[in-house]
Amino acid sequence: MLNGIPLHWFLLVAAALFCLGLFGALARKNAIAVLMGVELMLNAVNINLLAFWRYVNPAGTGGLAFTAFVFIVAAAEAAVGLALIISVYRNTQSIDPEKLDQMKL
Amino acid sequence: MTSQTLFNPSELIAVLPEGILVILALILLVVDLTGGRNTSRRTLGIITACGMLVALIASFFVPQGSWGAMGGLLRNDTFAFAFRIIFLIGGGLSALLAVEFKPVRAGGEFFTLLTLATMAMGLMAASNDIIMLYLATETASIALYLLAGFMRDTPRSAESGLKYFVFGSVTSTIMLYGLSLLYGMSGGQTNYAELAKWLMSGKEGILSSLALLMVLVGFAFKTSAVPFQFWAPDVYQGAPSPVSGFISTASKAAGFAILIRFLQAVYPAFPVAAAGSDVWIRLMMPVTILTMFAGNLLAIMQTNVKRLLAYSSIAQAGYALMGVTAFAFASASGDQINRTDAIASVIFYVGTYMLTNILAFGVTGLVVQKVGSEDIRSFSGLSKRAPYLALAMVAALLSLAGAPPLVGFVGKLFLFRAALNNPALTGMVVAGVINVLISVYYYLGIVRSMYAESDAKLVRPVLVPQLSGLVVAGCALALVVTTLAATPLWNLAVDAAKSLLN
Repeated sequence: MLNGIPLHWFLLVAAALFCLGLFGALARKNAIAVLMGVELMLNAVNINLLAFWRYVNPAGTGGLAFTAFVFIVAAAEAAVGLALIISVYRNTQSIDPEKLDQMKL
Repeated sequence: MTSQTLFNPSELIAVLPEGILVILALILLVVDLTGGRNTSRRTLGIITACGMLVALIASFFVPQGSWGAMGGLLRNDTFAFAFRIIFLIGGGLSALLAVEFKPVRAGGEFFTLLTLATMAMGLMAASNDIIMLYLATETASIALYLLAGFMRDTPRSAESGLKYFVFGSVTSTIMLYGLSLLYGMSGGQTNYAELAKWLMSGKEGILSSLALLMVLVGFAFKTSAVPFQFWAPDVYQGAPSPVSGFISTASKAAGFAILIRFLQAVYPAFPVAAAGSDVWIRLMMPVTILTMFAGNLLAIMQTNVKRLLAYSSIAQAGYALMGVTAFAFASASGDQINRTDAIASVIFYVGTYMLTNILAFGVTGLVVQKVGSEDIRSFSGLSKRAPYLALAMVAALLSLAGAPPLVGFVGKLFLFRAALNNPALTGMVVAGVINVLISVYYYLGIVRSMYAESDAKLVRPVLVPQLSGLVVAGCALALVVTTLAATPLWNLAVDAAKSLLN
């Protein structure tokens, strides 16, 4: 069934997901939503990598290994990101990135 | 399977320094846990510095060559060796400065994260595969996000950590998307040499240029180059001073290492142009000039010393980018000697800049901690309150400005010379000279504050803790010693550049 779907469909979905994630990361007024945007972007990369692996070089393991590492990095990033968000919230009672303006010119 | 060979235990020696650092990180955690509340930060800091020294000695025993270690993931050439030394010295000095930096309260985790970041930077400099590149870069970054936000009770530090995290994770994910495109376009290859082979065949030029641009976003963030420099002032100002020193030097040097190696190995412009290689060659000069001006012009307006040093470090990255631009132009014209010279000048510059800026942030940390304000006025009359500290700060600032007896002058000389070898770059060199003149103004502003001004409220002497005093004195001395030893260091940098181009 998979063979009926051309490669570029996967790439288009990934590109759309990446753009959505990027928009979310840049536009949302909530640090947790920004974090979710980054996770969407990382998942777009995973779709890319797996689609390329399946269609371009299924005999190699590079794409699979890369995807696994992206997962691990995403998990570590989420953990660190949430920890930093909590520490900011404890200090300022807000997680709006635009209100982070203690330091200015 | 791309590599059918089984894992060869003798390859472990290729990651010996990194292995030692991982063991060091575990030792630090165990010592911190088992020692209870009695374990002083001093002990942990000294263990960290000693461990880094062991790793430094070990890196001399790593066989250097162009062979791909760990199944082609790493390339342990002299280039990787030179950068590894820069990171290890930077990490050790930052650890020692952090010992007596009171606002960072907890001990074990701090030094563990510092060690892991240093370890990952060593892998960044040696990475020869896009998986390794991404993994090493992220390992270093994630540790640094936490270090920047380490003073949890200080709003500024927490904010600095979160800002660093948000900008860093977005830019590194954009870079990752570019890498995934490269993986797909090259028929499922991850090794630099394999990617280059595919790009040489010249297919899909536009797509490979797009992938390159996305990867460059990640590199520009790491080196704080325009237009991805805006995070630096906030992060350096809020982070603990020893961490600011570490991020602004070692992390930036790692950014230059991956930038140069990736461009050289994947998008070579010489001898056969790879598809997309014209893009980065055209981009380099405007980015360099803008980075220098963005740093220097905004630094003039600063009244906060840490923020001023942050803008100054953007400008310093701009100077080092001049070397990368010279490399780009020499590549395009096929000039082998100038390519070597340009890369060597970048390595020499980031190495000596590491000593200088860690010294500047170290002194700033000591003064700020004592006075309780980061304003330039807290340096008023420092020449009377702490004459040696003031002298060390003068040495650091004059070296950053490029004054003759200090090593910053030698480094800038090499960079300007490498750029002047190509007549097309004369405009950039003129911009560089203008920027050096601008920077003298605000560097001397701090010197004037220390020597010519005085504040009635600031009369008590600044007592320098023993260990920090030793580090400051050592760095200040090193600024002179490295000038005297410029020739052997330059030869090492040239060897490193040659090994990269081999």
